Amino acid sequence: MTNWKKRLFYSPADDRSRMRAVANNLILHLHPTKVPAPALKWTYTWGLGGISALLALLQILTGVLLMFRYDASVERAYTSIQTIETQVLFGSLVRGLHHWSANLLIVTAFLHLIRVFLTGGFKKGRATNWLIGIGLLLLVMTFNFTGYLLPWDQLAFWAITVGTSLLSYLPAAGTAVANFLLAGPEVGQGALRNFYAIHVAVLPALLIIMMSYHFWKVRKDGGISQPNPPARSRVTRLTTIPHLVQIEFTAAVVLLTSLVVWAMLVPAPLEALANPNHPPNPAKAAWYFMGLQELLLHMHPLAAMMLPGAALTAIAAIPLWDKREEDIGVYFRSQKGGITAVTAAILAIALIPILVIVDELWLDLPALMPALPILIANGLIPLLLSLGGLAAIYFLFRVIGRANRGEATVGLFTFLIVSLIMLTNVGVFFRGANMALVMPF
Amino acid sequence: MSQQNNTLPMNRRDFLKMGATALSLLAALEVGGASLMFMQPRRLDGVFGGVVTAGPADSFPPGSVTHFPDGRFYLIRAADGGFLAVYQRCTHLGCTVNWEADQNRFFCPCHASAFDMLGSVANPPAPRALDLFPVSITDGSVVVNTADIQTRDEFTPAQLAYA
Repeated sequence: MTNWKKRLFYSPADDRSRMRAVANNLILHLHPTKVPAPALKWTYTWGLGGISALLALLQILTGVLLMFRYDASVERAYTSIQTIETQVLFGSLVRGLHHWSANLLIVTAFLHLIRVFLTGGFKKGRATNWLIGIGLLLLVMTFNFTGYLLPWDQLAFWAITVGTSLLSYLPAAGTAVANFLLAGPEVGQGALRNFYAIHVAVLPALLIIMMSYHFWKVRKDGGISQPNPPARSRVTRLTTIPHLVQIEFTAAVVLLTSLVVWAMLVPAPLEALANPNHPPNPAKAAWYFMGLQELLLHMHPLAAMMLPGAALTAIAAIPLWDKREEDIGVYFRSQKGGITAVTAAILAIALIPILVIVDELWLDLPALMPALPILIANGLIPLLLSLGGLAAIYFLFRVIGRANRGEATVGLFTFLIVSLIMLTNVGVFFRGANMALVMPF
Repeated sequence: MSQQNNTLPMNRRDFLKMGATALSLLAALEVGGASLMFMQPRRLDGVFGGVVTAGPADSFPPGSVTHFPDGRFYLIRAADGGFLAVYQRCTHLGCTVNWEADQNRFFCPCHASAFDMLGSVANPPAPRALDLFPVSITDGSVVVNTADIQTRDEFTPAQLAYA
């Protein structure tokens, strides 16, 4: 065998040389030479971090390819997408992969956050990486938001119109940032060029820096979170080659194959050409923003932004609140935590549709309080009611359920996540013309 | 030589260090400022066509709503014959509202806001009535100035322009 073949295909036979192979290899050096055997159980991590990283890599590869064929001008953006879909060899496949893996990345990054929270993966000095992780999730959402302006179809135009209008409700710099992004009185050439530069240069640079730091910090923090081992017992440690690499390779191949097949069968959607005079009716955002859009139907934009903002801030601050280290690595903290989570999920599934229907059909806060400005009647009051309701749920678990801090936090977190899923479902399936409530069938 | 140094407020090394720091800060400020100015949005005013002549006043019957897509406005003629030009942009989050004559309402397809025929809010979440463009009637024809967007809380009769 020539030297490069040896380097590529040589599989070390004994543990010592396997460990040296990891230590000497740049890519494999992401991993330690040995990992604890329980950390390899795939029902612990579900491989969500690794899958997200692979999808991010796929985004960069397909994204660079698309840049060669895409044209960021109002006159030609839409036709360049049509050309990619119909004329360019494998164009539809590459765009399909880019589109669907971006959608999947939202799901896996979100699930990754849920997994890390549920197993207390932010504990024992992992608070910094918890924050970086939340930052990465927000970055992925920004990627998706800036990306879907680029095809210049109806979804693009109206999503960016609404998004930049939302920004201008933010006090202080909101209007300035919105004006910068729009670069004109309405979404046009200026906005398209700005979003393109942000999508293909600014965000990828941030992504690469933050992802590198995220991985490095996992190693620095002593590997992924694990349950405390029982007293006076030793955890078996296995070599990374082949035990971890084999699982990762299998997961990667299965994921890539499924994605390619899916992208071949289902091309990425492209709506009609953007038309500033006629939004589609109903005009809906991409599904992952429908939870926020549903919230916007019920309260003042500032309140509709502050409510998820407050929830996200609370989630980011959880390492300061839930510090108990005994339950690290245990799903839901304990069995009681599991019951708390199920109760919270049932509560959210029941409560959210009731609240949506009551607000839609009977409750008109501004009409009830005509003397108050809209910002208070339809903003501050529903915001305080919502936050008060969330606090009530937390204390319900603490007092009636006798849950400890961690278990009650699991309950509240589950309520928030299931509420978001419920709101998203209402928005996607139960909203018809003029965004009125309808049955989906 | 050391005697000489003691009489000075600082030695040469410290002076150069301080100077280098000051110059670096100045350079950072310049680069930051230049980048900000480079990124400055170039907003164009009145691109909807500035002043739009909608047509002879007689061609709009009282109680009618006419869409002028190029001017981005709806021309409303109230039942008493007064004219009102409303910006088509929803005051909530900027989608174009649709006029639905059978329900006598403007509807926003993005967040379910509704406005009555004169542009006042009929259903939240819109925070205020549809914005206005000034209307004048000269020589029997309706002229709308789309460069001047005027906000209002709700409809008042003073907003109507008469022939």
